[in-house]
Amino acid sequence: MGLLDQIAEGVINGDDEQVAQLTQQVIEQNRPPKQILDVGLIAGMNIVGQRFKAHEIFLPDVLLAAKAMYAGMDLLKPLLIAQGIPSVGRVVIGTVRGDLHDIGKNLVGIMLKGAGFDVIDLGRDVAPEEMVRAAKEQDAAVIGMSALLTTTMPAMGEVVQLLKQEKLDGKIKTIVGGAPVSKDFAHGIGADAYGFDAANAVDRVRQLVGA
Amino acid sequence: MREMETLSNRLASGAVLLVDGATGTMLLERGLEPGKAPESFTLSHPEVLEDIARQYVSAGADIVGTNTFGASPMRLELYGLADRAEELNREAVATVRRAAAGRAYVAGSVGPSGAMLTPHGDTDPRDVYENFRSQMQWLADAGVDCVCVETMLDLTEATLAVQAAKDVSPHTPVTATMTFDETPRGFFTVMGVSVEAAAAGLADAGADAVGSNCGSGIEVMIRIAEEFRRVSDLPIIIQPNAGLPEIEGGKAVYSETPEFTADRARLLIDAGVRIIGGCCGTTPDHTRAVREMVNEHQGAA
Ligand code: B1M
Repeated sequence: MGLLDQIAEGVINGDDEQVAQLTQQVIEQNRPPKQILDVGLIAGMNIVGQRFKAHEIFLPDVLLAAKAMYAGMDLLKPLLIAQGIPSVGRVVIGTVRGDLHDIGKNLVGIMLKGAGFDVIDLGRDVAPEEMVRAAKEQDAAVIGMSALLTTTMPAMGEVVQLLKQEKLDGKIKTIVGGAPVSKDFAHGIGADAYGFDAANAVDRVRQLVGA
Repeated sequence: MREMETLSNRLASGAVLLVDGATGTMLLERGLEPGKAPESFTLSHPEVLEDIARQYVSAGADIVGTNTFGASPMRLELYGLADRAEELNREAVATVRRAAAGRAYVAGSVGPSGAMLTPHGDTDPRDVYENFRSQMQWLADAGVDCVCVETMLDLTEATLAVQAAKDVSPHTPVTATMTFDETPRGFFTVMGVSVEAAAAGLADAGADAVGSNCGSGIEVMIRIAEEFRRVSDLPIIIQPNAGLPEIEGGKAVYSETPEFTADRARLLIDAGVRIIGGCCGTTPDHTRAVREMVNEHQGAA
């Protein structure tokens, strides 16, 4: 197994020490940081996401994998910045008003960062007005919203409406996700995209910004 | 009014006991804004809580829960209410006690801390124990008849809560329930706890009854109950949702009617369940329908 595969394996096993050590090793071998990220860290995290969806593993494994991925990302970040790899686009993300669930949103955030997006995380329980205001101020291309409660999903529609009122729809795109959210729901409220998991969210956001 | 028999005696007698249904979803109906701490209602609208508790008592609940599911200091911290924790627990118990008026037992409800424990999370289990211990002490001081540790996902966290309750008040009965999802390999909590592991771990920690609440409607709960029966000798407690929520006109609605619930609750009793209640979406009408069924069932037996 190549070192990058071993990094992916380390992420899957949630072994942060191994991931950090191997990442350091491949950095010293002058492997391109982007390759380490994509073929090592993100490839591992994608498999973790798939296994979680299939109920093969549970939340603790996902959280440990995310920690391991961070351990590698922390080492890569300065290199990616130094190489001046341009941001693919700016995304404002948050869990919607009234909702305190942030584990899924955080995973989406990590994966977007990994994919080269500039991510501004507004945290949880974020009011629709706040999402729109932050996106305008930060000149973001996309607003990403997460909801885990059936009762908080309607707040996503409010954001879409606010953007329409301010004639920003089309300029600032929206993507929604979270366990109770469906493609139909996303379509119904007029969101531009729906992401069923973190990896899929990255693909959809890429499409939204045409990257 | 006659002195109530102790809850421990009632449990030991083999009777089927009814716990009340939902509080949280009822509060949403009565003006709680989604995302506000349900516990904030204890101080702002005690009359609403007393009314809801009264409705459950009138409907025939033997045990009525307090509005303290999220009233542990760590959980309240998420809403910036941690400094009101003691007051919120004390007042919530007092409110239900007024409504129960000696006709029902008062159960201190205790839900998850909201923190993720090490190693996968960042919170030290000792801090989680202290968190629960504070809440258990306030509930005990306020005079609850029993404690319901509920909607737990992490077995370590659940056992810490049960232990804290028993350390504070060894003779107060404690029920402990976890929330399971159906997977291709059987029932597990999202943290990966099986029914068997839950039954064993909660019993070890000192729980007097074990089972499941929230997360599913009654039909799935019947199967979860059967699994508990296979692996545990303790009384089983089951509190189903009134189905899973669906969005209609911007509001969450639950589809299982009181009649449907009462009909299926019969199967819960057949599966050996001894404490039946409700979770999200259930109402005093559900309690009343189950009460009638249980009365008939026990009359017939
Ligand atoms: C921007 O674009 C995108 C694209 C994709 C996106 C996206 C955004 N966001 C997510 N995705 C997607 O990508 C991610 C990675 O694959 C995925 O994200 P997910 O978030 O789906 O998946 C995560 C990786 C893992 N999943 C999770 O993190 C959620 C797990 C469960 C167990 C859960 C947890 C952990 C918690 N909870 Co709560 N909780 C439950 C959940 C039950 C379960 N078995 O799933 C659920 C969501 N909770 C529920 C409830 C009711 C509640 N919870 C509550 C509280 C909590 C805790 C605080 C204890 C904790 C949250 C801790 C935290 N920091 O997030 C309360 C609400 C608090 C609030 N106001 O938000 C409370 C109301 C409980 C109560 N009675 O107080 C239920 C919701 C029912 C419903 N449909 O409305 C629930 C399904 C449990 C149940 N079985 O009933 C995808 O959905």
